[in-house]
Amino acid sequence: MSDFLLLVFSGIATGSIYALAALGFTLLWQASGTINFAQGEFVMLPAFTMLAFMSFGAPLLLSFALTCVVAVVVLGWAFKRGIADPLLRFGLMPIVVATIGLSIAASNGVRAGYSAEAYPFPTLFARRLFDVFGVTVSLADITTLAFAGALVLGTQAFLARTVTGRAMQAVAQNTESATVLGINVPRMVFYTFAINAVLACAAALLVTPTYLAKFDMGGSLGTKAFFAAIIGGFNNSRGALLGGVIVGIGENLAAAYVSPAYKDAVALILFMAVILFKPQGLLGRKVERKV
Amino acid sequence: MQLIRRTLLAAACAAAFVAPAFAQNVVKIAGLYELSGPGTTSGTNFKDGVQLAIKEINAAGGILGRKIDATVADTQSNPGVAKGLASKAIDDDVFAVFGPVFSGSVMVSMNETRRAEIPNFVGGEAAAITKQGNPYVFRTSFTQETAMPKVARYIANGLKAKNVAVMYVNNDFGKGGRDAITKALADVGVKVVADISTDSGQIDFSAPVLKAKQANADALFVYTNEEESARALRELRKQGYDKPLVGETTLTGQKVIELAGDAANGATAHVGLTIDAPNERMLAFKAKFYKEYNYFCDHNGIKGYTGVYLLKAAIEKVGKFDRKAVASALHGLSVKAATHPGVILDVSIDDKGDLDRESYLVEAKNGRQIVKEVLPALGKK
Repeated sequence: MSDFLLLVFSGIATGSIYALAALGFTLLWQASGTINFAQGEFVMLPAFTMLAFMSFGAPLLLSFALTCVVAVVVLGWAFKRGIADPLLRFGLMPIVVATIGLSIAASNGVRAGYSAEAYPFPTLFARRLFDVFGVTVSLADITTLAFAGALVLGTQAFLARTVTGRAMQAVAQNTESATVLGINVPRMVFYTFAINAVLACAAALLVTPTYLAKFDMGGSLGTKAFFAAIIGGFNNSRGALLGGVIVGIGENLAAAYVSPAYKDAVALILFMAVILFKPQGLLGRKVERKV
Repeated sequence: MQLIRRTLLAAACAAAFVAPAFAQNVVKIAGLYELSGPGTTSGTNFKDGVQLAIKEINAAGGILGRKIDATVADTQSNPGVAKGLASKAIDDDVFAVFGPVFSGSVMVSMNETRRAEIPNFVGGEAAAITKQGNPYVFRTSFTQETAMPKVARYIANGLKAKNVAVMYVNNDFGKGGRDAITKALADVGVKVVADISTDSGQIDFSAPVLKAKQANADALFVYTNEEESARALRELRKQGYDKPLVGETTLTGQKVIELAGDAANGATAHVGLTIDAPNERMLAFKAKFYKEYNYFCDHNGIKGYTGVYLLKAAIEKVGKFDRKAVASALHGLSVKAATHPGVILDVSIDDKGDLDRESYLVEAKNGRQIVKEVLPALGKK
C-alpha cells in the first residue's frame, strides 16, 4: 500500500509539471484562440538560457529571474508579434503549422548551436527524505508539487479575482464586446503570452533536473502537456492541473504495475477515452460555434 | 552549343582520370555514429576519438604514405538509418567503417559491411555481435561475456553479496548485458532476486527504483545507457537507496558522473577503459583529447581512438591496402603499446573479433573515476 501511495505521490509531482505546460496551452487558447505546439520547446529554451546565465557565474535563482525577463520578451512578445498576430487572421491551421515548424526550428537550432548532448542541471531543492504515514517522500517531490500547485492556483486566482484577469477573460470570451467596453485587447493578449512564457520558465526550472537539459527534451513534454490539457478541458485552467496530475499518476502506475514500455501510452489512451466520451474535457464547458 | 558539349565532355573525361589518381593517395574511412537520439553521448565521444587519431596519423604522414579521408554520418541512434548509411559507405568504396556504437545498430549495419568485405570497427558491447561468424567485424571494447564475469566476481567476493537486483535497459545492449550478468552471477552462486526492465530514453525512474527498493537485495546492478544511468542514479539517491550500486562501464562513465553530479558518488563499476587509468600513455591521451575538444572523454572516446590505431597496425603488418588481408591479419593480432603507442594499452584480438586487454574496477567519487583495482587481461592469467 505504501508503495502505491509513493507512486501516486511522485506521479502527482510529475503531473504538476505537466500541468504547468498544459496551463500554457489552455491560457493561450482561452485568450487568443492560439494552439502552440512549440510549448515543449518553450520549456527547453529557458532551460538552456538558465544554463547560459549560470555559465557566466549567476546563481540558479538569479538565472531564473533573468531568464523570465528574456522569455517574456522572446517567447511572449516576439512570439506574439512575429507569429501569432500575423497568422491568426488566416484562422487556426496556419498558426498550428507555424508552431510545429517553430518547435522543429528551436530544437534543431539548440542542437546545432549547443550540441545534441545532455547537460546536467542543478536542482533547487536539497536531497532529503520524509516519512509520511510509512511512505517515503522526497523533499524534491513535495516542493515541486507545492511550487507548481501554487503557480497554477495563483494564475487561476489572478484570472478570476483581478480586474486585469477578468479583462483577459472578457477578451477571450468575446473580443468585440471587450473592445467596446474599453478593454485594451492587444495588451490583454500580450499579458497572456507573457504569463505563458513565465510558466514555461517555471516548468523548466522544475523539470530539467530530471529530464536533463537536452535539445529534444521538449518533444515528449509538449505532447504530454497537450494531452493533459485536452483531458482536463482545453478551455478551463483548473482542467490543466487535473489533466496533468491524472497523466502523471497514470504513467507511474502503468510503469510499476503493467510495464514501463506502456508508460507513454497512458496519456494517449486517456486522451482517446476523453475525446470519445467527453470531448470538451473533464472540466471543460461545451462551446457553441458559429458556422 | 556543340562547343559547350565538347568542353563538358572533355572536363568529364579529365575528371574521370583525375579522380582515381586522387583516390590513390588517400584511404577512405566512413564513420557511422550516434550524433543524436539516445546514443548521442556514446556516438559523439566515439567520433571525437576516431577523428583525433586520424588527425594525428595524417599529421605524421598517414598510413603507408596515404592520408586518411574520413566521413562522419549521424545514425540518429536508429538501426534503420545505420543500415542505410552503411550501404552508402559501401557505395563510396571506403576501406574501413567505424561505428556504430549502439549494439542494436551494429547488429544490422555489420551485415552490410560483411557483404562488401569491409573491415568494420564497432563500439557495441552486446555478446551477440561476434557470435555470428562475421569475419569483418571487430570490437573496440570488451564483449559483455568477458566483462560480466569480472563484475560478478566483484559482487560475490568484494561485496560479499548473496543476492542482487538487476536493472537493465530494454534494448540489444541491455538485454545482452542482463543475460550475461545473470549467467555470470549464477556461476559464482549469487541469486538474482529482481529483474527490472527500463526503457531506452526513459526519463522518470521512480517506478524501477521503487522495485529495486522492494527487492531488498544486497546490491543493485544497473546496466543502462549513459543518460538513463544518470537519471537512475539521481532517482536512486532521491529515494534514499543505500545498498551498493554496481555497474559495467556505463554506470561510472565520464558523462554519467557529470550528469548525475554527487548522486554518482559511491557507484562502482568494472570498466574496460578509463582515462583515469594509472598509465602514462592514457594520461597523455586524456590531456590531448581535452586540449582538442575541451571535455574529458569517456570510454567511447578511447575506443574510437585506439580502434583507428589498431587498423593502422594491421595495415602496416600486411603492407598493402587489401581489405581481406587486413581483416584476416586483425584476427589473432597482438599489438604492444610500446611499439604502437596509439593503442595505449597492450591489446590482442581473437579469431572472432573480440579483444582482450587489462581492465579496471573504478568508483565514482567527487566527479571523477577513482581506480580501485587493475584487473589483468584474461590471456595473461
